[in-house]
Amino acid sequence: MSGKTVLEIEGLKVALPKGADRPLALDGLSLSVKAGEVVCLVGESGSGKSLTAGAVMRLLPEPHVHVSGGSIRFGDTDILAQTETQMKAIRGKEISMIFQEPMTALNPQKTVGWQLDEMLRLHMKKSDRKARRAHAIEMLHRTHIPDPEGAYNAYPHQISGGQRQRVMIAMALALSPRLIIADEPTTALDVTTQLQILKLIRDLQEEEGAGVLFITHDFGVVAEIADHVVVLRQGEMVESGPAKQVLNAPQHPYTKALIASVPDLKPPMPKVGKDAPVVLTGAHLMKTFKARGGFLTGKRKAVVAVKDLSFELRRGETLGVVGESGSGKTTVSRIVTRLLEADSGSVQVGDTDLLSCSPSELRSMRKHIQMVFQDPMASLNPRKRVVDLIAQGPIVHGETREKARARARDLLELVELSPAAANRFPHEFSGGQRQRIGIARALALEPKVIVADEPVSALDVSVQAQVLKLLADLRARMSLSLLFVTHDLRVAAQLCDRIIVMQRGEIVESGLTSEVFANPQHEYTRTLMTSIPGRDWTPPKDVTL
Amino acid sequence: MRLPLPPIVIYALRRLLQAVPVIILIMIGTFLLLKLAPGDTVDALVGDMGGADADFIARLRQEYGLDQPVYVQLWVYMTKLATFDFGWSFVYEQPVATVLWDRLGTTLLLMATSLSLAFTIGIALGAIAARRAYSLTDNVISTLGLVFYATPSFFLSLMMMLLFSVKLGWLPVGGIKTIAGFYTGWDHVVDVARHLVMPTAALSLIYLSFYLRLMRASVMEVADLDYVRTARAKGASESRLMIHHIMRNALLPVITLLGLQFSTVLGGSVVVETIFTLPGLGSLAYQSVVQRDMNTLMGIIFLCSIIVVVVNFLTDLLYARLDSRIELT
Repeated sequence: MSGKTVLEIEGLKVALPKGADRPLALDGLSLSVKAGEVVCLVGESGSGKSLTAGAVMRLLPEPHVHVSGGSIRFGDTDILAQTETQMKAIRGKEISMIFQEPMTALNPQKTVGWQLDEMLRLHMKKSDRKARRAHAIEMLHRTHIPDPEGAYNAYPHQISGGQRQRVMIAMALALSPRLIIADEPTTALDVTTQLQILKLIRDLQEEEGAGVLFITHDFGVVAEIADHVVVLRQGEMVESGPAKQVLNAPQHPYTKALIASVPDLKPPMPKVGKDAPVVLTGAHLMKTFKARGGFLTGKRKAVVAVKDLSFELRRGETLGVVGESGSGKTTVSRIVTRLLEADSGSVQVGDTDLLSCSPSELRSMRKHIQMVFQDPMASLNPRKRVVDLIAQGPIVHGETREKARARARDLLELVELSPAAANRFPHEFSGGQRQRIGIARALALEPKVIVADEPVSALDVSVQAQVLKLLADLRARMSLSLLFVTHDLRVAAQLCDRIIVMQRGEIVESGLTSEVFANPQHEYTRTLMTSIPGRDWTPPKDVTL
Repeated sequence: MRLPLPPIVIYALRRLLQAVPVIILIMIGTFLLLKLAPGDTVDALVGDMGGADADFIARLRQEYGLDQPVYVQLWVYMTKLATFDFGWSFVYEQPVATVLWDRLGTTLLLMATSLSLAFTIGIALGAIAARRAYSLTDNVISTLGLVFYATPSFFLSLMMMLLFSVKLGWLPVGGIKTIAGFYTGWDHVVDVARHLVMPTAALSLIYLSFYLRLMRASVMEVADLDYVRTARAKGASESRLMIHHIMRNALLPVITLLGLQFSTVLGGSVVVETIFTLPGLGSLAYQSVVQRDMNTLMGIIFLCSIIVVVVNFLTDLLYARLDSRIELT
């Protein structure tokens, strides 16, 4: 790894407009990327890591956000001194980018081929159409996309998320750039796809000998791909060093805290014995999203979302439902809470079958089973005060206003928010705080079961760790029963006593978390386990938070 | 069942089938509504004559079938309509179909020119305003848009007449052609165009401001999207971004509005045609209401609902053409 230095950033400062939460988005960032090296820029949301990419590409939203100091050298070129025309020749050809959302990063109205071709057309003025097409298809081929010819002619919405990301990579590498900036390229992907994409980036980069600046928030990914790590907090560089050293022996307290927040893969021993009473039973649940329409309305294909699913949840236990997107795990959470009608099967809460309740019975049953949702932004009514959001449920179920409000304040304390939070509106809180409000709302009715659908997926890793800790505490103190839906195996390992692994609507494996993790039986579970980024790396836990 | 037809034809057939009940409901609804209004054709005719004796009125009613119960009248009308027989206009003493046919051209011409002008100029100005957001250009365009948006078309029509016809004498005050001109060939075209300048402007300016505002917002939104950033990271120039990546995506909401608004343009043409005394469907509708010319009015409504259904269909086709994610099924 002693290639030539491709990118050299020194003392970079990026200024934010007046009235932002801090004057400088980046304050004195220095890093260098050598040819053939992967440098990971790690930080939580708002740390300024994406702005770094913007600064290097000279694509900051100027003049509001602009570089106010430092230097960026790309090879022998001073990036900051280039004119816009010179930059256009550099972008795409010399420095290319891969973005986070493969869903939105491609123009929905143009075919994949057109968009690949645009890259070539912009920088290879003389070549003819046939040569360009052959080159584009060759690039698609190199990204191991199934049926490159077909993909070339497809529109972005006709191929899967992983394939779209492959297209982005083909596009980024098409002109053999010397530097590739990858901005969270795998965050939106399923874990098995993520591993393939990471491997692909690594392989192609080694073939081309390009330098990669890899931006991510996920230490698992860092462990998987990085040669060198730079940690950012609030625009300040707190640590920089070789990957091994930063991951296993972090120096700065912030890095230590971040790494300690990464859930490790050793599941705890189950605390609940087999004698605890069963609070929730799902039996033979089926759900098919029917083929709809006929001659008058158009057709949709039938999709089997949940196929003959049965499970038991005991008091004080956490049952994890894990799977990739499209596995039907969210449908399970919706059926169990009867937000979606199952086709057949039963959900026993205590002695009552929730699925055969009449509408009025169902309303009174609702207090026994409550939900915590994924998006803390969207799941709280922005026009209601926090105290009313929490008290609403009890009031509906016949509690007096005063008592419900008083209890809401107690609950806020329980989820470690100050009582002063009660009279504020959801938008005044951070994501983690909002998720605490969501948990307090679910607890307000003293439910027998809480169904949590990806409650920590939208949160930064340190906040995620806090929320998970809160959930674990509450579970122990109130003997809560949790049905915990997640795609993140690390999170599942940390919190769940037992897990169900789902694939295409069916349970492929279930059992004690520790056993499933130690000795996965099913082929698919094994694939999932080996796809966890950084699975060979155990975050050092000998630090105090 | 698989029909050996291209999907587009199946789609068109389905839309046609869906349109039939819609139009039948419109016709029944308006028929009943019109019957609820006090007075009928006979009242209006007798009123024009300056009065007549009760016997004559009763005979006239009998002759026109107006003495029958409403549901019988409705049944008779609907069965005739099923054979595309619009009946007889007692005011114009002509078959309704003939009256409508004479007027249709003028209205379609007015609507087509107004809408296409409003659309093209609106999206062009909107796009320019969005690209130079918050600059002087943007402020001027946006303010103009707001002024047009807020000015009622009758007021605008009268002010234009006052300025261009009365004070400056550049343009004719009303009508579709110079009555004593007997122009032919290109002279005729120029003559008609001169007569249409003010009505078109009056009708289109308000829609122009709709499209302008929507396009400005839409372009600003699309310009912030990820794939525009991707294209910029490829090294594409601003004009290339605009043409290939922004415009087509930004047009989609504007097209939706265009389809939805077509029917309101028909409504707007009533005012404009009446003010500029254009012999179109709008002024005909107004006359028919005043004179209780039931058959003509129903004919106009039938024609309008067909136009709206057809335009909606065309909008959907256009939309599917512009947005590759939408498949016509």
